[in-house]
Amino acid sequence: MSNQKTFTVSELTKRIKGVLETSFTNVSVEGEISNFKRHSSGHLYFTLKDEGAQISAVMWRGRATNLFFTPQDGMKVIAGGKISLYEPQGKYQIDVFQLQPRGVGELQIAFERLKQKLAGEGLFESDHKKPLPEYPERIGIITSPTGAALQDMLNILNRRFPSLDVILNPVKVQGEGASSEIALAIKEFNKFGNIDVLIIGRGGGSLEDLWAFNEEIVARAIYHSKIPIISAVGHEIDFTIADFVADLRAPTPSAAAELVVKDKLDIFENIRNFCYTMEQDLGNTIQSRKEKIASLIASYSFNRPKDLIQQNAQRIDELDRHLDQVINYKINILHERSNSLGKRLESLNPESVLERGYSIIYRSQDIISRANKLKSGDDIRIRFHDGEKTAAVS
Amino acid sequence: MKKQKDISGSFESMMHRLEEIVESLEGGTVPLEQSLILYEEGVSLSKQCIDKLRASEIKLKQLSKDIEGNFELFDTKQE
Repeated sequence: MSNQKTFTVSELTKRIKGVLETSFTNVSVEGEISNFKRHSSGHLYFTLKDEGAQISAVMWRGRATNLFFTPQDGMKVIAGGKISLYEPQGKYQIDVFQLQPRGVGELQIAFERLKQKLAGEGLFESDHKKPLPEYPERIGIITSPTGAALQDMLNILNRRFPSLDVILNPVKVQGEGASSEIALAIKEFNKFGNIDVLIIGRGGGSLEDLWAFNEEIVARAIYHSKIPIISAVGHEIDFTIADFVADLRAPTPSAAAELVVKDKLDIFENIRNFCYTMEQDLGNTIQSRKEKIASLIASYSFNRPKDLIQQNAQRIDELDRHLDQVINYKINILHERSNSLGKRLESLNPESVLERGYSIIYRSQDIISRANKLKSGDDIRIRFHDGEKTAAVS
Repeated sequence: MKKQKDISGSFESMMHRLEEIVESLEGGTVPLEQSLILYEEGVSLSKQCIDKLRASEIKLKQLSKDIEGNFELFDTKQE
């Protein structure tokens, strides 16, 4: 004991620090994250542990921004870094340069955990989903400006419904900072306004590549968007948290372009049908009015006045006939009376006297009623009932 | 450039009005004079809609912020 050197605490700590920091300049350690904290400065503090031990860990802000995922408690990771000793507290820790989920399985677990949490908060409720416009004219797209996904979408939009304004808000869609860029782009579009619908997405890739769309910050930005959002991430089989929160999930970016607008040929066809239907309906309306008029003309009430006229005409005819009868009757009576008068007149006729054997004697035109008016030699005419004879007086 | 979208002139509102007109005419309960007015409106709407569909290409723009944080739209070349 006595020949051993006595250190001050600082000296000893310095010695240990020297040994530690030179021996573990580049280590890789596997463990489970606990007590994860993101300090407002941007530095990350957490503990790595396994069944038997634990070690403090720190990841400085500059390196933390390189993470493609947000570490969570319980996530098994592989941390790369160096051991450092913090002298004031005599604590050693791992200064993390790189942090990777231990395997894809870890991301899947993280995915499920976040999904459960957000589902519990009601972020996926169908009540909250906004209806998409049927005929959007201004579409906002949040994706990589260089990705194939953008070109695919533009090609399809051009083919289907070219009467569009498409506004791109370019973002990183994978790697460090992608999730915050996507979330910010959603907020910017909402501030900008005047957008009918948003598409956020990217083409296919590994779970790590798509991870930005599984981050809470993106999920919350989608949830709070006033503009309806279609998520279009990766391939058909890829489901992301963004898909669950979005108002509509498209299986791929191309599918999103198909879903967001109708095909102009279909719309043309619809309009044609509308025009045809309108013409038919108007034609039918006119036809039915015509029929209505025809049936009115034929109806009893419409024909009542005409009927009255006809009835009156009949009455007039009847009266006319009656009048005829009366007149004829009167005429007959007069006729008979005139006949009897005729007979009486007949009896007074000189002719009837002549029949009884009397004669009338004329000289020239004068009737001779006395014998002394005639002298010898006068030419006379003797009128009988059946004719005349001339004679001379002797 | 006007920021506020003209609701009455949007494709959506025109198509919906057109559908509404077709439905009213289909009912056959609208008086004849009203039918003729609706029909004329429908024909004019369908023409406007078809005109809009005749646009040849989408207009691509990029959303950016200027130094003061105001939004601007830049024209972007399309391949």
